[in-house]
Amino acid sequence: MTGLNISEVAVFAILAIIAISAALGMLLSNNSVYSALFLVVNFGVVATFYVILGAPFIAMAQVTVYAGAIMVLFLFVIMLLGAERIQKSRHDLPWQRPMSIVLIALLLTVTFYVVVNQNDSGPLLSQNLTSYGSPSAVGQLLFQEYILPFEVTSILLLAAMIGVVVLTGVTKRRRRARRSRRL
Amino acid sequence: MIPTTYYLGLSAILFVIGVSGVLLRRNAIIVFMSIELMLNSANLVFVSYARQFGELDGQILVFFVMTVAAAEVAVGLALIVSIFRSKSTIDVDDVNMLKG
Repeated sequence: MTGLNISEVAVFAILAIIAISAALGMLLSNNSVYSALFLVVNFGVVATFYVILGAPFIAMAQVTVYAGAIMVLFLFVIMLLGAERIQKSRHDLPWQRPMSIVLIALLLTVTFYVVVNQNDSGPLLSQNLTSYGSPSAVGQLLFQEYILPFEVTSILLLAAMIGVVVLTGVTKRRRRARRSRRL
Repeated sequence: MIPTTYYLGLSAILFVIGVSGVLLRRNAIIVFMSIELMLNSANLVFVSYARQFGELDGQILVFFVMTVAAAEVAVGLALIVSIFRSKSTIDVDDVNMLKG
């Protein structure tokens, strides 16, 4: 770890601070729309980390799929439900909050113990760095070695799509129930 | 090069923030966003280890995790919408119809 460049560390530190504060903003904001926008910032910063780590294809997918599609879906549902203001919730379980804070502190301690004490550090720097992480390299691996999981993914997406339509679609029975309620 | 340990520390912090979102917040949409944050921090670990070992398999796994996350968000938000239609709330404490 002798080649630890000071400018690289500075870039990493600034991006990490932005990522952590965006995540904290998501956690602490009272308005769901602000939470979603903070999460978009966090996803953008993580996409930058992917570029630094030599994964431009994954970074592009992160921006389009996560920051684009998924967060637009979130914002759409928040605005559809009109649930951006959070109503004050009564606490049915009074011991739940202190206990979860204790558990979070425990988890933080254990993860940091593991991270600090792991002993394989530093990149091993692969041989073919020029083509590493390029879309063609990722695509070749995806369509040669991982072709079966890739096909299974299409079934997963189809199942999710059918499930969403069944869950939210207006069926004949539901429409009849609504009409009889109105009468 | 930044050592992999730094990335591990960062994604551990992001993961713990996600866990605290699930445990502390009662808004179902915020809970879902926290789950997305946790998946994202796991993806960061995958990509940084892929870099460390010079293998692309970690990046492929990130690709699959993203697909599963997209499917999960679509189904979860559909569930939230239909719960909101019948109960007019998305507070997870108020959805206790199965409670005896």
